Amino acid sequence: MSYSFSPENLKQIELLKKRYPSLHALNLPLLWMAQYQDGYISLEAIDEISKITTLAPMEVYRVATFYTMFKLEKPKKLLVSVCKTLSCKLRGSDEILEYLKNKDVEIEHVECLGSCGTSPVMQIQDKYYEELTCNKVDDILKGFL
Amino acid sequence: MRDARLVSKRFSLENSHTLKVAKENGVYDEALKRAYSLEPLEIIEIIKQSGLRGKGGGGAPAGDKWELMPQDDDKPSFLAVNCDESEPGTFKDRQIISKDPHLLIEGILITCRAIKARHAYIYIRGEYKQFQDILQSAIDEAYADGLLKECDITIHRGAGAYICGEKSALLESMEGKRGHPRLKPKQKECEWYFGNPTLVNNVETIASVPYIIEHGAEGYREYGTEKSPGTMLFAMSGHVKNPGVYEVEFGTGMLDYIEHFGGGILDDKKLKAVIPGGASTDILTADEVKVAKLDYESMRSIGSALGTGGMIVMDEDTNMVEALKNLLEFYHEESCGQCTPCREGTGWSNKLVGKILDGKGSSEDIDKLLEISDTMNGKTICVFAPAVSSVINSFIKKFRDEFEAYNKEALI
Repeated sequence: MSYSFSPENLKQIELLKKRYPSLHALNLPLLWMAQYQDGYISLEAIDEISKITTLAPMEVYRVATFYTMFKLEKPKKLLVSVCKTLSCKLRGSDEILEYLKNKDVEIEHVECLGSCGTSPVMQIQDKYYEELTCNKVDDILKGFL
Repeated sequence: MRDARLVSKRFSLENSHTLKVAKENGVYDEALKRAYSLEPLEIIEIIKQSGLRGKGGGGAPAGDKWELMPQDDDKPSFLAVNCDESEPGTFKDRQIISKDPHLLIEGILITCRAIKARHAYIYIRGEYKQFQDILQSAIDEAYADGLLKECDITIHRGAGAYICGEKSALLESMEGKRGHPRLKPKQKECEWYFGNPTLVNNVETIASVPYIIEHGAEGYREYGTEKSPGTMLFAMSGHVKNPGVYEVEFGTGMLDYIEHFGGGILDDKKLKAVIPGGASTDILTADEVKVAKLDYESMRSIGSALGTGGMIVMDEDTNMVEALKNLLEFYHEESCGQCTPCREGTGWSNKLVGKILDGKGSSEDIDKLLEISDTMNGKTICVFAPAVSSVINSFIKKFRDEFEAYNKEALI
């Protein structure tokens, strides 16, 4: 099956090409682009990225599987990434994780989100939600579910 | 404690991220004018004289690094600004890119002039999308205002890999590859991006440049200590009343800092320990914290390191075995997997501490943990594994009784 980036994205790709000394550098930006376009990174998208970047398809795949934020499968439910590293743990991330288990979401345990001063923290669709309490989690999820 | 906000002075202004407010408050003004009146080598000399040290964790003198960049080369030079900020307990660079992005851009312009680079990349961790958007709009504003005629700035987004904060892994990632650290050359040389000479510096390091150029090396040296001049954005998290990022000069007492800005320990409990500079530095006991000073040499003298300056504060009720387990889970997850001692060592030590936590351990397991930690030290490409090794050793050296207590319960 062939894959195509949207016309907008194709325009964006041409601009990106001018900003790097090698096409190989487009690998991560294009993986992001595919993920935003489709909600995940398909094998077809990987083939297409391989053509644009002139990298071997396996190399693109290797990179896509290395970085934890790239999803090779579409999340079935709303993806909630909860930080569980030390600073968040000290301020109650275990409780938040436990509380989320009863919600209709896909929980992802992630390592330090760099939000230690406002812990505990979770991320939904690129946005941070900080200084969480169970009540706050309810309010936030209302906006999505 | 005197006010030493050199980098963070505009953080509290309303709309501080916009070009208008930045310009009204001194960005793109004196420092930039002075830089454009100086020759590249003169700029590097000022940075060297100022003693500015890299703020990403290593603390290497920035000027020495700049000097390694070739001034006359056929190949284009590049600047890569490290905004990967993934060290647990560290959240300072996000303050700069979201509250004063124009200060960073000004620093980039000056740095690029010094190293004759025409293009700067800002490598930002993938999770920081909302801060990336603020930074991007600042760059767009700077382009529209004609500020970026001599130098392009491109944001390159990572995708969730702690190791990409290591400078050579960062460049690998920018080249579209897995973030695997590179072998280090024997002689001192610059970094390479697609075979082109490249300088990698942390966001805060670059953001410190405009102040130095505007006020001169001596102006910067008015703050801090002889060997650690200037200031740093130190951060606090964990069991303190007011966690956050506060800039102070080097040499400030750690306890003073925690009490002055942090307002003391949460719920007025007693302090038990502090991990001083991001998770990868040796833990300090409460007694050590009392004498600890926030500069590179003092931290070294008490057997730890200043690192990124992100302090994780723990109160008297903190379970040290659980804390170490938490960190080992982090390291096991984030090991890039390239070197066997690191890939396997982080996994084994994580399992062993898990076993102790489950009450199934023994003193032998603690010794085995130290043995594994020894196999991780100095046998890998980058400093990830040695840092883990050092963290394990410090926890066990200082809190071995807590680990043994789990084992005793197991015997009963």
